[in-house]
Amino acid sequence: MGSQSNLEKVLSEGRFAVTAEVGPPKGSDPQKIIEKAEILRDCADAFNITDNQTSVVRLSSMSGCFILLKMNLEPVMQISCRDRNRIALQSDILGASAIGVKNVLFITGDHQSFGNHPGAKGVYDLDSIQLIKIIKDMRDNGIFQSGDKIISGTPEIFIGAAANPFADPFEFRVDRLEKKIEAGSDFIQTQSIFNLDKFNLWMDEVRSRGLDKKVHILGGITPLKSIKMTERMKFHVPGVDIPNDIYDRIKNAEDPKSEGYCIAHDLINEVKKINGIHGIHITALFWEAIIPKLVKETNLYPRSK
Amino acid sequence: MIITKQKDIKDILYSIKNGPVFLIGCSECATVCHTGGEEEILSMKEKLENENIEVSGWVILDPACHFLNDKRLLKNHMDEINRAKKILVLACGNGVQTVSEIFDTAEVISGTETLFLGEIKRLGNFEKRCSLCGECIQDLFNGLCPISRCPKEMLNGPCGGSIDGKCEISSDLECIWDIIFLRFKKKGQLYRLKEIKEPKDWSKSTVMRRTL
Repeated sequence: MGSQSNLEKVLSEGRFAVTAEVGPPKGSDPQKIIEKAEILRDCADAFNITDNQTSVVRLSSMSGCFILLKMNLEPVMQISCRDRNRIALQSDILGASAIGVKNVLFITGDHQSFGNHPGAKGVYDLDSIQLIKIIKDMRDNGIFQSGDKIISGTPEIFIGAAANPFADPFEFRVDRLEKKIEAGSDFIQTQSIFNLDKFNLWMDEVRSRGLDKKVHILGGITPLKSIKMTERMKFHVPGVDIPNDIYDRIKNAEDPKSEGYCIAHDLINEVKKINGIHGIHITALFWEAIIPKLVKETNLYPRSK
Repeated sequence: MIITKQKDIKDILYSIKNGPVFLIGCSECATVCHTGGEEEILSMKEKLENENIEVSGWVILDPACHFLNDKRLLKNHMDEINRAKKILVLACGNGVQTVSEIFDTAEVISGTETLFLGEIKRLGNFEKRCSLCGECIQDLFNGLCPISRCPKEMLNGPCGGSIDGKCEISSDLECIWDIIFLRFKKKGQLYRLKEIKEPKDWSKSTVMRRTL
């Protein structure tokens, strides 16, 4: 510990945290990130920059973080195991730390076959659990994966991981969370929650093992913008569980956008009440502009330092 | 076994362009896969002749990856081979290279795609079972291999994309981690999945190495 990130501070003080995702553009124009982030200023404690999410090439997460830092916003750099081996991953963590990145979220990553370069060779030298353990060793013990010593400057990183309570085998999902904690995770960002019953079942087990005391869990929130997006997420995005009642609400709504907003609003209020949840992570895919209203109307605004 | 599939005949014809061609098959894996046994060599011969491409001769090597055996068997076909402009090999990627090592000035064409080291489920139905990584770790997983069977080669799976026992990349593909989980569960050994498995030592891989 001791990354001194704002996110770590908020969580360690027991305040309810908000993080929000800023998807980098499919192009080199930094203005795209600046515009999105400016809308979200004061709406979140830290801002996630995704790493070529769904295997589609976008501006790199490291550069996205650099742009946020210049705006005096705190980034959460996401990094996946799909595109880099252990040499590049460790090097990027040193580099990220050097430019001032203090929060990093480590994921194994969506398979390359989903994206716009299905012919790419996936790397997967490490999985997320192994990578988390390596980064913890770099930070706390000053050593690389090989055992070689870090010479000048250990990366002070607040370590994040993802958890999907909705994937199978459900019985193993809390064990897997426990592995991520044991590996060194400081905070957890869950898959977007739509199936509240299943999420509560998972949280019951999390609490019964006392894991909510060992790690900060942020519940994932994704406002559904349209029926097209709902269908894409329900039927095509791996690991997302949108129950039929939510699907039907969007499908039958006169104004799907406002229905999607209401669902997200209600979900935040429900998730806030769950014992052991320390914050939320909002992923508003191509709909970042809705986030200010969402945090204001759920009494999560403004974010104090 | 090394699993191969035959290239599309159009691609083979494009590579050959004109004859004469000498055909080489293999008595082992390619025979079992029905990509380069006697039956397939004769069928290829007929297809080429129908396209007015002369076939100067053919042989089934025993097996194609055996350098010394190949030299001995091919000796009996030297006239046919010398008359050929191209040699079409219906064997695995290894067989093609053993042949090209023997005939280093000939134009050697591969007529198959070499897919993986796998298991024969049924006739014509194969599944990958090994990545030839040089360090077998199956004792950790009850005799199952996530390196060859998980598309993300995870050692601490399953990832968040496992649904109803299927892999996120295809509903045709079983999630090997689901199978590993169920096998440990059946044995009452789920605790073994909770241990963090360390990164794999790829220096043990024999890629590019020569070994006895």
